[in-house]
Amino acid sequence: MSSQDNNSTFDPEDPSLTRFDLVREGARRDGVEIVHYEPRFPVPGTKAEKRVERNIALWFLATGVGALVFVVAYIWWPWEYHAGSGRDKFYTPILGVGLGLALLGLGAAQIIWAKRLLPSEISVQDRHNEVDTTEQKLTGVTLLNMNDELGVTRRRPLLKGALAFGMLPLGAAAIVPLGGMIKDPHKGEPLMKTGFDAKEFNKGKPVRLVREDGTPVRPQDVSVGGQITAFPGVDHGTTNVHADSPTLLIHLRDDDAREARKNLANKAVNALTDANDPNSGGMWENFVAYSKICTHLGCPASLYEQQTNRLLCPCHQSQFQITDNAKPIFGPATRRLPMLPITVDEEGFFVAKSDYKVPVGAAFWERP
Amino acid sequence: MKTKKIDLATLPKRSALQIDERFHMATPMRRLFNKVFPDHWSFLLGEIALYSFIVLLLTGTFLSLFFDPSMEEVMYNGVYTPLNGIEMSKAYESTLDISFEVRGGLIMRQMHHWAALLFMAAIVIHMLRVFFTGAFRKPREANWMIGFLLFWLGFMEGLFGYSIPDDGLSGTGLRVINAITQSIPVIGSWAGFALFGGEFPGTVIIPRFYILHVLIFPAIILGLIAAHMGLLVKQKHTQWPGPGRTNENVVGVRMFPGFAMKGGGFFMITFAVIAFMGGVFQINPIWLFGPYQASVISSASQPDWYVMFLDGIARLWPAWEIRVFDHTIPPIFWAAVILPGVIVHLGLLYPFLEARFMKDKAHHHLLQRPRDVPVRTGLGAMAVTFYMVLFLSGGNDVIAQHFDISLNAMTWAGRILLLLAPPAAYWITYRICLGLQQHDREVLAHGIETGIIKRAPDGRFYEVHQPLGPVDEHGHGLLEYEGAAIPKKMNKIGALGPAVKGFFIPRELPPPPPAKKELVDK
Repeated sequence: MSSQDNNSTFDPEDPSLTRFDLVREGARRDGVEIVHYEPRFPVPGTKAEKRVERNIALWFLATGVGALVFVVAYIWWPWEYHAGSGRDKFYTPILGVGLGLALLGLGAAQIIWAKRLLPSEISVQDRHNEVDTTEQKLTGVTLLNMNDELGVTRRRPLLKGALAFGMLPLGAAAIVPLGGMIKDPHKGEPLMKTGFDAKEFNKGKPVRLVREDGTPVRPQDVSVGGQITAFPGVDHGTTNVHADSPTLLIHLRDDDAREARKNLANKAVNALTDANDPNSGGMWENFVAYSKICTHLGCPASLYEQQTNRLLCPCHQSQFQITDNAKPIFGPATRRLPMLPITVDEEGFFVAKSDYKVPVGAAFWERP
Repeated sequence: MKTKKIDLATLPKRSALQIDERFHMATPMRRLFNKVFPDHWSFLLGEIALYSFIVLLLTGTFLSLFFDPSMEEVMYNGVYTPLNGIEMSKAYESTLDISFEVRGGLIMRQMHHWAALLFMAAIVIHMLRVFFTGAFRKPREANWMIGFLLFWLGFMEGLFGYSIPDDGLSGTGLRVINAITQSIPVIGSWAGFALFGGEFPGTVIIPRFYILHVLIFPAIILGLIAAHMGLLVKQKHTQWPGPGRTNENVVGVRMFPGFAMKGGGFFMITFAVIAFMGGVFQINPIWLFGPYQASVISSASQPDWYVMFLDGIARLWPAWEIRVFDHTIPPIFWAAVILPGVIVHLGLLYPFLEARFMKDKAHHHLLQRPRDVPVRTGLGAMAVTFYMVLFLSGGNDVIAQHFDISLNAMTWAGRILLLLAPPAAYWITYRICLGLQQHDREVLAHGIETGIIKRAPDGRFYEVHQPLGPVDEHGHGLLEYEGAAIPKKMNKIGALGPAVKGFFIPRELPPPPPAKKELVDK
């Protein structure tokens, strides 16, 4: 390359060189040729140039005004939230408009400056695609191929073995602390239970169905065709501690209840245990209770269509037929919503005869 | 006493000399400043992602000063009276406080959210640009992979951020995440319990997601962005083919001053748009959703847009449960674990798959127009269509409601379209590409239609065509098809003269129109 010669003959102190000569020489040494570099306004001070300058100045002005609006509003505008409409509702929009204007002005000014005032430029840079095989070779033997010096593979096999013996357990030692996160999902089988498990959460006494505020539910509290969300009447039963327990208690109309009772036989765990006792299955009178936790991904299946007795999960649109053991009839859910077997205790409140007989919520590997 | 006056004019020069004496920065700095950037609007898309990420870091830092990622239950007693007396987690309470009781907190939250949405959108559009122009080809496969991983890291990062306020929607999202984790065969429930520290929801998931959201994932993303940019500087930009542009050079402007100034301006404008949106357009009004309660949901529950395709596949996937040896493989495993896994790997390895299929081992620094690679463009259209069907299905309940369509019909339409629309998109795109190519070749051969109709002495009418270059004895253009843009209208080659500049009044006098003689008769 001739750049070596040029470098030696190039004298940066030469007084005849302009600033641009130096710029061009620097670029040349970086493999960049500036082929075109012309001022936008060859004659300085024309009206057109002044117009561009004023334009840029205006945008800088906008920056100042916008930033000022932001700062002043941030400090003095009444920002504290009050219910209803009021000046505080404009606090965030004013900040946004102020900051937006300030930044827009700064951005626009820079871009206009670059596009309209900086000289127009076309530069060509060499990519240097070619690979220097000598360099590759020299680097390869010195850096990557140190076997002569280290001799691990041939002369010192002991070191190879010792290194492997040391490193493999060390690698494992780097990972095992994550084991602190492991929790046994089968310890107490929490996936198979809900808050309606009397033994674990209610000292063996049947768990009542309660409303969100903790009050127990009587049959007459739910109108015909209506439904309420019920929770287990245990400690934290209505909170997310028992996130698998929300239950939909539905009061079916006579016809629907008859059909639902007939269909109980379709699902063994819900079926009547005594053919002469209509309340011996999962239902009590005209009432059914199903888990509200969708068997697809665990959203609350909460949109109940009274006319068709379908329950729809609004997350992924699985639909369940309430009058047939909450069988999935459309959408991605595979399994029925589990039924909570209910009855009424001596004080007239709904209680769960037992916990759900199948795990609630989304499926998992061990689910029977 | 005599004060020594600081000479401000020579201060930069003197300090630069001092710095170079110590660090020898002159040569590498100049090399960086002289890096040439080619100019095309489509090269700005990745920049939007970068600038949005900076805004995310700034606003996120502000939010972290006030956010408390704790799942401890507290009773709300604040200025937002509709929620007074309601039990909620501290995470949700502190998000309410940021929105209502921290001065300027709401705009920061909203800017953070809008910037996240913009970040993901810019990544996707940038990725499409790189894909459809073949910019990912050798030697840039590694940068494609990094960029592709950045999308998925951004996806996870967004999901964490969406989850930690513990509002009604995000808690439902967490429950879905839990269900998806538990769907993995054999280890599912163990993985779910490890992640949530026990049964859903437990008390550790939000602190864990918080540390992932504010430290681990931002650090990885930042590192990968640095690598992305480093490789870009090292390998230099691709460029469109055109006069003087070859596979061996880069034609454009140097980084300093031209590109740096425009880039800085573009950053400010991106920032401005986010600030404006954060101030004026409401996003994620968590106070309307209420705290997370396992029993509460509303219709039209949608995640952020970049997660909607996953919601879509969860809605469309049929209820195909597999039972093996008394164990269960839930259908969601295929939809939300296997399918994204396949997408990730196909996308990650696409540059290598294409090179192998095309037996292409060459270095490529010139971009390809989508029409010139119909198979790739068709595959891309296929992927985009697949994604769009899933995306729309993620909101099919909203579509069903607004257009009064049966929800079940929407689901079935999604299922059918997911199978039929991508191949159709491939075929249509392929034909369009060939058609566009053919039209380019026709213009090269016969010239541009001028719209001037002439009548020959024998009574024949014909349209005058303007050849783009020298012609052979039959009047056919000699220019070869090079894959560069071809002017197809007379004003593209200056026949009509430039447009008059100026908004209200002409800023400069328009040049006189070219004389008619300049048009070469065919």
